[in-house]
Amino acid sequence: MSATIVSLPDQSTARIPKVNYLTKENGILSWLLTGDHKRIAILYLISLSFFFFIGGALAGLIRLELLTPQTDLMATDTYNKVFTMHGVIMIFFFLVPSVPATLGNFLIPLMIGAKDLALPKINLLSWYLYIAGGILAIYTMAAGGVDTGWTFTTPLSTHYVNTNVLTTGLAVFIAGFSSIFTGLNFIVTIHKMRCPGMTWFRLPLFVWAHYAASILMVLATPVVAIAIVLVALERTIGIGVFDPAKGGDPILFQHLFWFYSHPAVYIMILPGMGVISETISTFSRKRVFGYTAVAFSSVAIAVFGFFVWAHHMFIMGISNYAVLVFSLLTMLVAVPSAIKIFNWTFTLYKGSITFETPMLYTFGFMGLFTIGGLTGVFLGTSGTDIHLTETYFIVAHFHFVMVGGMLMAFLAGIHFWWPKMTGRMYPEKISQLAAVVTFIGFNFTFFPQFILGTLGMPRRYASYPPEFQVLNVFSTAGATILGVGYLLPVLYLTWSLKYGAIAGNNPWQATGLEWQVQSPPLTENFTRTPIMDHEAYDYEWLERQKEKEVTTSAG
Amino acid sequence: MPDSTAIAHGAHETGSNTHDEHPPYLRHHFESTEQQADAAGFAMWLFLLTEVMFFGGLFTAYLIYRNWYYPAFVSGSHQLNVVWGTLNTLVLIISSFTMAMGVWCAETGRRRGLVLSLSLTLILGLGFLGIKSIEYAEKIEKHHVPGFHYSLQSFLDPQSDRAVFSEYHDKPLMLDMARHTEVYFSLYFLMTGMHALHMIIGIGILGFMIFRARAGAYTSGHVTFVENFGLYWHFVDIIWIYLFALLYLISRH
Repeated sequence: MSATIVSLPDQSTARIPKVNYLTKENGILSWLLTGDHKRIAILYLISLSFFFFIGGALAGLIRLELLTPQTDLMATDTYNKVFTMHGVIMIFFFLVPSVPATLGNFLIPLMIGAKDLALPKINLLSWYLYIAGGILAIYTMAAGGVDTGWTFTTPLSTHYVNTNVLTTGLAVFIAGFSSIFTGLNFIVTIHKMRCPGMTWFRLPLFVWAHYAASILMVLATPVVAIAIVLVALERTIGIGVFDPAKGGDPILFQHLFWFYSHPAVYIMILPGMGVISETISTFSRKRVFGYTAVAFSSVAIAVFGFFVWAHHMFIMGISNYAVLVFSLLTMLVAVPSAIKIFNWTFTLYKGSITFETPMLYTFGFMGLFTIGGLTGVFLGTSGTDIHLTETYFIVAHFHFVMVGGMLMAFLAGIHFWWPKMTGRMYPEKISQLAAVVTFIGFNFTFFPQFILGTLGMPRRYASYPPEFQVLNVFSTAGATILGVGYLLPVLYLTWSLKYGAIAGNNPWQATGLEWQVQSPPLTENFTRTPIMDHEAYDYEWLERQKEKEVTTSAG
Repeated sequence: MPDSTAIAHGAHETGSNTHDEHPPYLRHHFESTEQQADAAGFAMWLFLLTEVMFFGGLFTAYLIYRNWYYPAFVSGSHQLNVVWGTLNTLVLIISSFTMAMGVWCAETGRRRGLVLSLSLTLILGLGFLGIKSIEYAEKIEKHHVPGFHYSLQSFLDPQSDRAVFSEYHDKPLMLDMARHTEVYFSLYFLMTGMHALHMIIGIGILGFMIFRARAGAYTSGHVTFVENFGLYWHFVDIIWIYLFALLYLISRH
C-alpha cells in the first residue's frame, strides 16, 4: 500500500462551495478592479506564467545556438540580445515576483487570519505596475531588443550600445516599484493584521520568509531605481556620474547596481524557502525542527544579504582589502542557509514521510539548492573566483540556485496550494512524473555547465571552441527535457480546473489557518475572525480538531 | 466608538450586527479604525524609508565624488546663490509649519483652518519652485548644465565671472580638476531635480486635498490621509535641508 496523507471528501457527494472568491463577482472588470488579494494573486499567476514562457523560449534559443561551436542559428549581436532579454524577463518579471506575488499574496492574509492585505489598492496598483513594466519589456523586444546583459554594465550601457537601453531600464524601474509596493504591503500586513493569538512565533515560516524578503524589497529596490535613473540620464544628456572622461566612475554603478541585485537573489530565494518549510512539515507530519532558528535564519539572510554585494566585483578593480572583507562576509551568508537545510533535514528525521508531488519538488529543491549554495562558496572565495568568474561555472551556479532552487520551490508551492486556490486537486501520477522529469532535465542542462566553466568556457558568447561541444550538446538536450517538465504542469493544471477531484478544505491534513477554511476560500477569507490558540505546525491540535468535529456532528 | 480590538474579537460571537456602528470610511478588512490608521501610518513610514534609500544612492555618489574632487566641488558650490538657497530653506520650513497646522486643524475638526493651512502650504511650495527655477535659469545662462554645452570658463578663469569672483576670490582650477565641476553640477541637478519632482508631486496632492477639504473631507475623524501627507511633506523638507547644507555650504564650515 502506498503511503499517502491525501484525504479527499467523498467525490460522489462533494461540491465546490457555491460562494467563493472566484464566483462572488463575475465579469472581466470584477477582476481588473478587484481589491481581493486572492484574485490579484491569480492575475499575477497568469501574467507571471506568460512571462516565464517568453523567458523560457529565449532560453531555448540560447541553448539551440550553443548546440554547435559555430554561430549558425543567429548573428552574434542577436545572441547578445536574446540572452539579455532572457535575463531581464526571468529576473525582473518572473523570479522576483514569482512566489511573493502569487503564493505570498494569496496566502499571507489567510495564514495570519486577516481578511485581506493591509493595502488592497496598493496591491492592485503593484500588479498594474508589473503589467506596465512587462508591456514595456515586450515592446523593447519588438523594437529590436537590448544587448547590455541584464546588468546594464556601464559604460557599455551608457556610451557604446545603440539598443533599447532606455525602455528596458524604464521597464525594470517600473517593475521595481511593483516589487516595492508588494514588500511594503506584506510588512504592514504582517505587523498590523495578525489575528488575536497569532504571535510572531506562531507565524508559519512561510510568513517569516516573506517578511525577510519584504525587508529586502523595500530597502534594496529603490537603490537600483536610482542607479537606472542615473544610467538613463547619462545616456540621454551625458551627466557624467559614471563617465570616466568627466571624472565619474563606472565602478560606482556596479556598487549601486549590486547593492540591489545581490539582495535581489535573496528576494528570489527566501519566499521559496518559505514554501519548503511548509511542505516539508506537512509531508513529514512533524513540526519544523528548530522553528526559531529557521525563522531567524530568514532574517539573518536578509541582513547579511546587504553586506556581500561586492563579491560580484572581485575582478572589477575594487581594492584587495575590500575583496578580503566581502569574501568573508559572503561565507557568512552560507551559515543561515545551511541552518535552513539542516533543520529541514532534521524535520525529515523520524517523520512519517509521504511522496506527493510537492514533496518531490521539495526534495529537488533541497538537493539542487545545496549544490547551488555550495558552489557559491567557491565563487565567494576570491582565489577561485578569479578563475571561475565570467565562465559557465557562474551560469551553472546561479541557475542551480534560481531554477533548481526557486523554480522547484515555486512549483512545489503551486502544487501544494493548488487545491486551496482552485478547490480541485491536480492529477497526482502525471504531476509526479513532471517533477521527476524536471529534476532530471535540470541536472542534464546545468551540471555540464559546471564542468564547462572549470574548463574555462566563457559565458555570453555565441560560439566556442569545438572541444566543448559534447558537454554543450548534453546541456541542450537536458534543456529540452526541462522544457517538457515545465510544459506538463501547464497542461494538467489547466485540465484540473475542470476535471480535477474536489479537494475539500484540507486535502493534505495540514495545520495552517489557510487549510481550516473552505477551498476556494470566501472573499472575506474567514466568516469569523479566527483566534490562534496553538503553535504553528501542531499536528496534535489538528487531530483534536478532527475528533471534535466527529463528536459534534455525531452529537 | 473606538472599541478596543481585543474586546471586539471576544465579542465577535454576536456576528455582523456590530457592523452598522462602523464609520463609513472603515475599510471592510480592518477590525477597527485604529487598526486602519495604524496600518496606513506604518505603510507611510515604510514608504519614506524607501525614499531614504532612493536618495541614499545619490548621497553615496555625492560622498565619493566630494572626497575625490573637493576643489571642484568648492568652486562649483560658489556658483550657487546662498541667498536664494537660504530663502528657499526658510520657505520650506515655514511650509512645514503650515502643513503641521493643517494636520492639527484636521485632527481638531477645523475645516476652514485646514483649507487655509493647506493653501498656504501649496503657495509656499510653488514659491520654492519659483525660486528654484530662477536659480536654474542662472545655471543655464552660464552653461553650467552638464551635457553637451558645459562651459569651464568660470573655473579656468574665475576673474571672468566677476560677481562670483568678487565674493570668493577663487583661484583658477587646473583643467583636470575644473572638468570635474561637471560631476558636481550633475549631482546638483540630480539631487535638486529629484527633490523638485517630489515637491511637484506633493503640490499636486495638496491641490487635490484642498479640493476635498473644502467639501468637508478630513475634518470628520478620518485624518489619516492628511497625517500621512504631512509626513511626506516634512520628509521632502528634511531632504532639502540636507541638500542645502551639502550643495551650497561646502566651503563654509
